[in-house]
Amino acid sequence: MQRECDCCPEIAVVHETLVRDGVKSEVHLCVAHAQERGYILPSSEGPTLIVSKLLEQTKPVAVRAARACPVCAMTMAAIRAAGLAGCPQCYSFFEGDLGLIIERAQGGATVHVGRHPEHAGELVDRAAMRNKLAKELREAVSREEYERAARLRDALLQLGVPVDKNEVDIAFKIGSQGDEKDGAPS
Amino acid sequence: MSASGSNPQPPRSDADRVVPTSLDALIERDNAQGLIAPDSDCVVSSRVRLARNLIGYPFVHRATPDQLNDLVHRVQSARMSGPFQAGVRWVNVQATAAIDRLLLFERNLISRPFVESPHPRCVAISSDETTSVMVNEEDHLRLQMLAPGLQLQPLASRMFALDASLERSLEFSFHPRFGYLTACPTNVGTGIRVSAMLHLPALIMLDEIDRMKRAAKDMHLAVRGFHGEGTEAIGDFFQVSNQTTLGRSEIDLVEEFTLSIVPQFVAYERTARQTLVERDPASLDDRVFRALGILRSCRLLALEESLKFLSRIRLGVALGRVSDVTLAQVDRLLVEVQPAHLARSMGHELNTAQDEELAKDASPHTGKNRDDRAARATMVRASLNA
Repeated sequence: MQRECDCCPEIAVVHETLVRDGVKSEVHLCVAHAQERGYILPSSEGPTLIVSKLLEQTKPVAVRAARACPVCAMTMAAIRAAGLAGCPQCYSFFEGDLGLIIERAQGGATVHVGRHPEHAGELVDRAAMRNKLAKELREAVSREEYERAARLRDALLQLGVPVDKNEVDIAFKIGSQGDEKDGAPS
Repeated sequence: MSASGSNPQPPRSDADRVVPTSLDALIERDNAQGLIAPDSDCVVSSRVRLARNLIGYPFVHRATPDQLNDLVHRVQSARMSGPFQAGVRWVNVQATAAIDRLLLFERNLISRPFVESPHPRCVAISSDETTSVMVNEEDHLRLQMLAPGLQLQPLASRMFALDASLERSLEFSFHPRFGYLTACPTNVGTGIRVSAMLHLPALIMLDEIDRMKRAAKDMHLAVRGFHGEGTEAIGDFFQVSNQTTLGRSEIDLVEEFTLSIVPQFVAYERTARQTLVERDPASLDDRVFRALGILRSCRLLALEESLKFLSRIRLGVALGRVSDVTLAQVDRLLVEVQPAHLARSMGHELNTAQDEELAKDASPHTGKNRDDRAARATMVRASLNA
């Protein structure tokens, strides 16, 4: 069965079924629109199902409306519409969604490097960050997002904390499949 | 002759007194040995900007007027080091006449959105007019420093010192993963924007400019016009700046701009200039001296025209083909021909309604309502025939 892209009359090559909070929705996209939305397409021809970023548009509206920043009451939809976050707390509350937007805008960078205010010294909890990134790495691997996984692996290694053996194995497996970057755990 | 020159206008209000008067620090003078500012044959100026936000307040677009006023007071009572030690002038931008807001913009001390923003807002300007801190732009604070030529590294060190001094009194919002938090998610991380204003007339003449722009895009750089974001490239001037603010330290970025990115564009332009000289010197000289002749004799001069001809003269000066004009003179004129500077230097009575229209004009280079072409021609003639 050939389906049209959700956005144009082209034939869709990416087909995704999302189940969120018991609500099922489908996404069908042509090559151009899939790339535009950040789906990573294989270089070889032929349609492959790649479970990728859970696009905001595909989420049930009711669920989105329920999630508002507890400090400034901005929702993710409002942030997208304005192109601006409401307050600094939005970044913690919507870390997952904003993280993906930021990653895309920043050429794949995931973690800040550089100056930081003195008061933030204690905030930089490397272990917590590592756990968060490791979780994202596992998710990326399970979704076959190899490029993203390789970047997350690099970010983990950059943090300079020992990476657990299983994760390193995953990372190297990704390294050999995805880009050619080498990275030995320090 | 500077905007204030020897004939300053009597201030109409307190707000008026805080308007800049001198261009000296922004445009380094030539000396007997030649050019002072590094690479100023191709780089007009350098700029470093930091975005910062305070903990405990929503971002500007979500804050109440009370919160915004409170932010202004908090920043005003903070101690600022560096260029501000020699003196700081606070301009209440909301209470400042449109023509003066525009003047600050033309001098790159405030941004285009800051000219017309609906919010309570202020800007601190250092006494040498190279440094400004906008309060309540898109972010709570936008710190900015300018210098002539390619001087990003000294600018950056001064900027970090200023940032550190502010941090002693103000608590900036910071996230362990995303770094310094900004209203726009694409600015998080270092919050730094590094830029160089390049003068690339030879690349335009040789039709190479699109290749230059493609190269810049491949390097994840933004290429903008004369006044940065949202402005057109006019008179062969292009502002090149970084788009990536996450995952690379400020020092790395500044170093890359200084040692690799800007020198590559400069080398490209210099090669193009050499090609012009070798291929057809008569044609090059004709363009340069025709421009000089026009600006020395014209009686009516539109802004866009003046920038076009000043660009050609600048090329001639940089190549040593024009000897009786200096780069500093041209760079000064590039600022002084702009509408608000022109209006002030000519001592025009200011019509508020007209000025508001002018300030609202999306392109600073049309200046329909106050574009006094006769006055501009007189001013430019006086400078170039002196």
